[in-house]
Amino acid sequence: MAAMTTGAKARWTLLDIIVVIYALVPVLWIVSLSFKTPATLTDGNFIPREWTLQNYADIFSTTTFLRALGNSIGIALISTLIAVVLGTMAAYAIARLEFPGKRALVGVSLLIAMFPQVSLVSPLFEMERSLGLFDTWPGLILPYITFALPLAIYTLSAFFREIPWELEKAAKMDGATPAQAFRRVIAPLAAPGVFTTAILVFIFCWNDFLFAISLTSTEASRTVPAALSFFTGSSQFEDPTGTISAAAVVITIPIIVFVLFFQRRIVAGLTSGAVKG
Amino acid sequence: MAEIVLDKVSKQYPDGALAVSDVDLTIADGEFIILVGPSGCGKSTTLNMIAGLEDITSGELRIDGERVNERAPKDRDIAMVFQSYALYPHMTVRENMAFPLRLAKVDDKTVRAKVDEAARILDLTQHLDRRPSNLSGGQRQRVAMGRAIVRDPKAFLMDEPLSNLDAKLRVQMRTSVAKIQKKLGTTTVYVTHDQTEAMTLGDRVVVMRGGLVQQIGSPQFLYEQPVNLFVAGFIGSPSMNFVPARLENSSVSSPLGNFPLTDRIRTLLEDADAPREVIMGLRPEHFEDATLLDDTAMSGGATFESTVDVLESMGSDKFAYFTLEGEMATSAELEELAADAGASDLSADGTQIITRLSASSQAKEGHPARIWFDTDKIHLFDPHNGRNFTYAD
Amino acid sequence: MSQTVVPPPGSTQPADPPRRQKVSEGKRAERKLAWLLCAPAALVMVAVTGYPIAYSIWLSLQRYDLRFPDQREFIGFDNYITVLSNGYWWNAFWVTSLITVISVVIELVLGMALALIMHRTLVARGLVRTVALIPYGIVTVVAAFSWRYAWTQDTGYLAELVAPESALLTERAPALAIIILAEVWKTVPFMALLLMAGLALVPEDLLKAASMDGASAWQRFTKVMLPVMKPAILVALLFRTLDAFRIFDNIFVLTAGAQETSSVSMITYSNLIRGLNLGIGSTMSVLIFVAVALIAFIFVKVFGTAAPGSDDRGRR
Repeated sequence: MAAMTTGAKARWTLLDIIVVIYALVPVLWIVSLSFKTPATLTDGNFIPREWTLQNYADIFSTTTFLRALGNSIGIALISTLIAVVLGTMAAYAIARLEFPGKRALVGVSLLIAMFPQVSLVSPLFEMERSLGLFDTWPGLILPYITFALPLAIYTLSAFFREIPWELEKAAKMDGATPAQAFRRVIAPLAAPGVFTTAILVFIFCWNDFLFAISLTSTEASRTVPAALSFFTGSSQFEDPTGTISAAAVVITIPIIVFVLFFQRRIVAGLTSGAVKG
Repeated sequence: MAEIVLDKVSKQYPDGALAVSDVDLTIADGEFIILVGPSGCGKSTTLNMIAGLEDITSGELRIDGERVNERAPKDRDIAMVFQSYALYPHMTVRENMAFPLRLAKVDDKTVRAKVDEAARILDLTQHLDRRPSNLSGGQRQRVAMGRAIVRDPKAFLMDEPLSNLDAKLRVQMRTSVAKIQKKLGTTTVYVTHDQTEAMTLGDRVVVMRGGLVQQIGSPQFLYEQPVNLFVAGFIGSPSMNFVPARLENSSVSSPLGNFPLTDRIRTLLEDADAPREVIMGLRPEHFEDATLLDDTAMSGGATFESTVDVLESMGSDKFAYFTLEGEMATSAELEELAADAGASDLSADGTQIITRLSASSQAKEGHPARIWFDTDKIHLFDPHNGRNFTYAD
Repeated sequence: MSQTVVPPPGSTQPADPPRRQKVSEGKRAERKLAWLLCAPAALVMVAVTGYPIAYSIWLSLQRYDLRFPDQREFIGFDNYITVLSNGYWWNAFWVTSLITVISVVIELVLGMALALIMHRTLVARGLVRTVALIPYGIVTVVAAFSWRYAWTQDTGYLAELVAPESALLTERAPALAIIILAEVWKTVPFMALLLMAGLALVPEDLLKAASMDGASAWQRFTKVMLPVMKPAILVALLFRTLDAFRIFDNIFVLTAGAQETSSVSMITYSNLIRGLNLGIGSTMSVLIFVAVALIAFIFVKVFGTAAPGSDDRGRR
């Protein structure tokens, strides 16, 4: 692109800047709020006039937030692990094997991907209460796995279809046993897809609010998004704005890290699977 | 180094399709053999059965006299070069070539030496630490070759290894494949649909069609003595001309005119009990511009006169194209050949003839020319089953 | 896939039954493996959705209020009559539909613009793609809080900027607009990614050919790109419409459903978790499910009718 004119360059730069502003302003705003002192919190200024770390100190000194953070991390990680393992198995079958019922499975996962989650809240609420799962980790992990599976299956089977499976034959000709062919040739090639899927699934679980707020009632399993809405200006916090902002920033950090380091993979995963995350 | 024997080998898929039927073939130690035919003829399936990548439905495959039907590919000690090269994208060139040796638990020093040696032969030394994605098509092809030769296997199997290269590189690589094979003296089975590769590379060529072996022989023999219409049309470029012809007593009537049969052909026909309606085939090089020949030279043939449609000068010689009046020769084999060449829907009035004339010919496009042809070089085929009546082994 | 085994032509050789059986055995083994691999995923999905859906339908036919569990009884379609004749439900339904339609339309336009920028920009493409992913990845509730504080009187920079004298989130129309803004902001990047996948399918040569044929940039976009991308656009629209219809998080944080800004998901939640009325809640769940199924059905019909027509558009 050596012949790019300065005019074109300027135009694209301008458009790029608009995109950056679009994406970053709301994020920077909540960051700004999290650093404001109680006195300047309501000055309506985009950039804090006085900076403080007090809000972060506050949230990390309460069990409410720490418990919620622990729940969020634990539940999201476990759900991701299980969904990716189950999804990998199913996606391998879909991409590589011929079997009756394949279309049905794909159809069911598509249905679930589009399913209104709120329709499940009532029956799950009642079922989990009678099964003793209500307000427990498994009580959230189960629906997360369910709704993450279609995403995992679609993304993974798209990735698996891209793997040149002829290499498996080549490995056999090179003297590999089926196990060696899998471990030394197929697994290294499949790993990036599995990893990408894990990120997408994690983001999905990390994000959920509806199940988190409907199927929990105490700190035992309430995740951060749900806990945020219970931060109130009670005796502990005068005005929750600063602490909510700080907590919000904390749970945004992993997302930013994923996006910064794995942008290419996330884009590839989302566009290949073409399912909602 | 090994002898490979296919004894009535057949492949039938679970849906009933018969991909390969009763192939009998003995490949001598060190021989370079080509399996050639249009797509779907069973040549790749045959190769995969030798490799062990596909099960043999019936018959027996022996390598060095041992039955290997049930052996896994890894236990057959055979290397394969794939059409897509099948290089491992997550490994460097060195790692790719070393992979089979590592699997065989060869010690590091030997691996290094063998890979370096193969890289030197294939001119890959300076690319050893690169990934396949950073290589050109020709380099990738050489890495695939390298991975096959480092192991010093009993045999090489090559599945259209040059078909992804552009024309010029393909010619180059063709020569180096031949050289390497001669140098190593390893038994090689090479699948292609390109008849030029078949003609130039192989010690022997196996022509297949619809899962059946049509003819096995040296390239020159297949060219001169095709056993049927299919082999005649498939081998040779430009391909053999086919016109409908009628046998009357001891002469032929055809769009090329009427002429007497030579004694040699008449004898062959009498033995073969040929019908009256036949298809006549004649290769382009058996034509010549009549003005360049004296009477003695012309005595062994006949002439026809027609307008030159197109004249292509190749420098060394000239190709003159004619359209002769009358019906086109039709048969199932010819249709299949046309379909394989992608020319099945090219319609033309009359019969197209390609002739190869000397460079000194004065024939001009759009002008009539008198063309001589050698009547002893004609082939006569049965239009129903394609059999060559003039075949003599 | 047919399972019939046609006898080989001229099967004079011994029929070789053990070997043929081995082939079908291999096929059976493949199926068995496939089912084994799919079973856990399928079981979880069906157990956590299939059974609850059925259970939800059963619950919706009962009077079942957790505050008065003694009064639980089967009442047929009474709950449906109650809900469907209730003004709050219909208000929520129209609010949801309004938010869905407006936000999806805006998302399509902005998403297309963003897709074009991400796809074609000559400057800092990686940066733009990275940054654009942030709204996609960020927790919806976090973004919603950001918007809420931005529009809160005295606290927010946007409130200060636009209407310092009024509390916009406490008025119905501005509140809905802010909800739509929050929804659009969050989902435009996802829309753009889906559309970018479609853009990548438009051959560069096709655009070059169009400009050689005298098409302006706008004509290339409307006459070449859009028709080629049509399937991708429809898929993106379908996903986003169904997703927008279940809007919950943003409304919960921004207005909590005050000033009649509840969506259907929101009032279902209120009836269920706050009102503890399982019968009514389940009825609403079923109705939302039906509505979503209807939307999907209509979209699929559109696919069905539109797909074959794409041919003659190419010829034009």
